[in-house]
Amino acid sequence: MSIRWKKQPSSFLASFLPPVLWLAIFFIVPMAIIWLYSFGESTSLTEISLTGTFANYAKVFDSLYIGILVKSVFIAGLTTVLCLVFGFPIAWLMTFVGPRTQGLLLLAVMLPFWTNLLIRTYALIAVLRTEGYVNTMASWFGLGPYPLLYNNFAVLVGLVYVHLPFAVLPLYSALDRLDRSSLEASLDLGAGHLRTVFYIAIPACWAGIFSAAFITFIPALGSFLTPELLGGPSGQMIASVIERQFKRANDWPFGAALSFLLVYLTIAIVLCRNYFERKKAQGGEA
Amino acid sequence: MSAKKNRAPLAYGRSKRLWVWTGLVFLFLYLPLLSVMLFSFNDSRRTIVWQGFTFRWYEKLAGNGELLQAFGNSLFIAIVCTILSLILGSLSAFALWRFKFGLKSAFDSAMTVPMVVPEICMGVAMMVFFTRIVPWPVGLSWPFNLGAIIISHTTFAFPFVAMVVRARLNSFNMEFEEAARVLGAGPFDVIKDITIPHVRPALIAGGLLAFTLSLDDFVITFFTAGPDTLTFPVKVYSMLRFSVTPEVNAASTLLIVITALVTVLAMRFTGKSGVTAGKE
Repeated sequence: MSIRWKKQPSSFLASFLPPVLWLAIFFIVPMAIIWLYSFGESTSLTEISLTGTFANYAKVFDSLYIGILVKSVFIAGLTTVLCLVFGFPIAWLMTFVGPRTQGLLLLAVMLPFWTNLLIRTYALIAVLRTEGYVNTMASWFGLGPYPLLYNNFAVLVGLVYVHLPFAVLPLYSALDRLDRSSLEASLDLGAGHLRTVFYIAIPACWAGIFSAAFITFIPALGSFLTPELLGGPSGQMIASVIERQFKRANDWPFGAALSFLLVYLTIAIVLCRNYFERKKAQGGEA
Repeated sequence: MSAKKNRAPLAYGRSKRLWVWTGLVFLFLYLPLLSVMLFSFNDSRRTIVWQGFTFRWYEKLAGNGELLQAFGNSLFIAIVCTILSLILGSLSAFALWRFKFGLKSAFDSAMTVPMVVPEICMGVAMMVFFTRIVPWPVGLSWPFNLGAIIISHTTFAFPFVAMVVRARLNSFNMEFEEAARVLGAGPFDVIKDITIPHVRPALIAGGLLAFTLSLDDFVITFFTAGPDTLTFPVKVYSMLRFSVTPEVNAASTLLIVITALVTVLAMRFTGKSGVTAGKE
């Protein structure tokens, strides 16, 4: 299939160099600078000297920031779990319907996903605010008004709302590859549907579930817009803190350290996933 | 098969409970969007009470120069970003598929990083890069003032295109290419007449993906945009900070309708892969 590049050096370089240069200049260099800044100190309003200090990372352990970091991880984790729980039955249904219904369901899952994030967040504001639809309906029954917006609950609802399709698609593609005869065997041997799901389906597509979790957790952890618009002062997550360091507080080295903490976390999760996948592949061969 | 049961063992498509669950989740996904669309026609400033049908907000929208300009900026950025991403994405997919080279796996993993790095990190990196390191000249006339945003969008969009195109190239039968060569086609004829037609669905899917990713992006634009460059999401964001107005409902409705049309078209042209491209 693929050939040694020296056989056709000109066509190799023509196809290889532009993307590599683009990636190096417009991605690796900017990220590297932020990484260097995370070991630097602000010497004046615009100057940053790279002193190799770890003070910025140490500052994270300040109770204020570590609290927000832990809360962000917790909310992103809860979002992931809820997305998997809500999404799994849909993915399951999609796997077992006819091709036409399947296409329609897929479209229905994807449509909100392709819709502008800001508009979806705005739509949630309209639903959750004090004069919003939920509270208006509650008032018909003499209930409420409930404080549904500008708190951690709103952030959680928003993150689940935004990331649910992220979870459904990998779940669906994992379940679609499932060996159906083992499901049938389980059902024939007298196991109930739930038992079959928990003891046969879920263990068999663990990798797919893990990748659905991964694809939901990372963007949820780093999300800025949803907590910013739905959260209010008490509902902030780590991205808002990063933004503040870069824009208002003008403490770039600390902001850089915070954003690289997110990058380190992401890398750790990716490595973790790769490790599990390799282990699973080896187990499959043995 | 067991004859005792009314339902075949795996006929989950007929499970009422699954359908109810799915229906409820879809209600959760769609109700907010539908209510925004409905109330964009509501003849009242207080958006919640229905006071009668009107096109007033759409007329106001058409008169809102700043919002229209922001929308135009967003469209222009998305189009240029799509073109650049298609070029860079296809080139890298081609290089990775066709050739063996020393840094292949390093390049391969470097390409996936922009797809997984949290947006906020890339946003601040781009901001520092374009203000301190290689400052994008300010005061340029349109569309050159959008350059920094276009570059940033292309950086996160083209790896997605590469991924989609590469998946398609893997199903390419090299014997076609050999046959064409034997029959006298030059290397460029082969690419033009054999390879590109084969990957066309992936190009359409990847292009639509890049277009939507760019049109959707708020965070990176928020950090890279200068004071005089406004995009649609950034403008809507600042409108939302002040108040929720029916005008935003109207603008949102337009964008929802455009998105729905594009998604349905993508599905028409490319089958399922066009809609789920790169998002699995």
